[in-house]
Amino acid sequence: MKTILEVSIHTESDIITARQVARETAKSIGFDIVDQARIVTALGEVAKNIIMYAHLGFITIRFIENEVNKGISITAVDKGPGILDIKSVLDESNTKGLGAGLPGVRRLMDTLEIESDVGKGTKVRMEKWLR
Amino acid sequence: MEQLLRDYKQFLSDYITNLKEQNLYNGQNYVRQLIQKNVAPEDVINIHRKAVDEIFDGLPESLSHAYDFLIEVMVQYGLKTREHQSLLVQKEELRIEMDIAARIQNILLKTTIPKLEKLDIGMISEPIRKMNGDYVHFIYDERNDLSVAVADVVGKGVPAALCMSMVKNGLETLEYGNYEPSYILQVLNRIIEKSVDDGMFVSSFYGRYDLEKGILTYSSAGHEPALYFNSNDGSFYDLESKGLLLGVMPEVKYPQFNIQLEENDFIMIVTDGVTEIRNYEVAESRKLLKEIAFTLRHLSAQEMCEKIYVELQRLQDYNLNDDFTIVILKK
Repeated sequence: MKTILEVSIHTESDIITARQVARETAKSIGFDIVDQARIVTALGEVAKNIIMYAHLGFITIRFIENEVNKGISITAVDKGPGILDIKSVLDESNTKGLGAGLPGVRRLMDTLEIESDVGKGTKVRMEKWLR
Repeated sequence: MEQLLRDYKQFLSDYITNLKEQNLYNGQNYVRQLIQKNVAPEDVINIHRKAVDEIFDGLPESLSHAYDFLIEVMVQYGLKTREHQSLLVQKEELRIEMDIAARIQNILLKTTIPKLEKLDIGMISEPIRKMNGDYVHFIYDERNDLSVAVADVVGKGVPAALCMSMVKNGLETLEYGNYEPSYILQVLNRIIEKSVDDGMFVSSFYGRYDLEKGILTYSSAGHEPALYFNSNDGSFYDLESKGLLLGVMPEVKYPQFNIQLEENDFIMIVTDGVTEIRNYEVAESRKLLKEIAFTLRHLSAQEMCEKIYVELQRLQDYNLNDDFTIVILKK
């Protein structure tokens, strides 16, 4: 199994490519159909954010493991405008502006981390582990 | 999840066997478990798929794919529904805060119309949104002068309302000084210029009426010219007065003028929400306003204000554009 896969995101068809890669990876790791759908949906949301706010970016899909568990990580990186107030984009009650829909995405995955420099870009990293 | 699946399978197979209302009822009660365990919509579909699969000893492959499809749809649907709901919650919170703010503003900007023997005073001030960007302030002092300020913030809603609170404070501070209208506008201008955001301007008419002599002294800062009705010749005159809007420049002087009122004469001070009638030019609007006021001139000042408001609303299909304020002073 290939452990690192990178897809550049610029158009809607790139989203579909990335989804497909993520679904196959998730399936081979052993995620059931519902979790596959969640992982792919989460990827779709961050990919849409890239297109909407940064126009160009990359999504990296990784197989991850520790002593007891296996999982998948998805990292989205762009050089867009960045997010000033990360707390507010993760706040349930704030769904407007940059990072639209991130609270919902976090619920689909196990972890979600954002690093961002205003004017330089954003990195969103999320993981989901087998139960 | 295993227990949930076992229970669901039981309720589902009971229903398929008996088709009883009780079975459906049990199914709905099962939702309580789903909620308690915070089960997502897509999980419910998956539970159903597994239960059907077990009850019927396997699903045809195509039907299994159909469930996969539904699960995919439900993940997104769940995500978007939550987003939508949190927007609604947010909107509701804002609405509640606005209601409170509007209530506070009403208390803050409340003005009482003095009841005087020698002058009939009418007033109406209706905000287009929850908060009013127009403001009317009356002062009746022991020297037997009645002063009236009508102010209109350029803009609407919350920013306008906040700015208006400052105008009110300024006016109240100046209230006890017996100052001339031109001086009051000059000071207000300085206060607003200093403390309000650039791009926030206020137009204001200030008039002081000497109840003994029947003389109105007035000054204006970029406000709509007030209308003066001369009952003797039955015509209206614009009380022209040149003065810059409040808040544009720090040091501005405002000229002031006097006018002698006779029996049945009246002064009508309006904000631009009154003269900006949809599909009318401002000049036409003012003409229309004069015509309406003329037909109502036999009524009390308050009745005139209310009738004009109703009539102008009707002309615009009850859909006004701006905060709407009329003050009438009738001798």
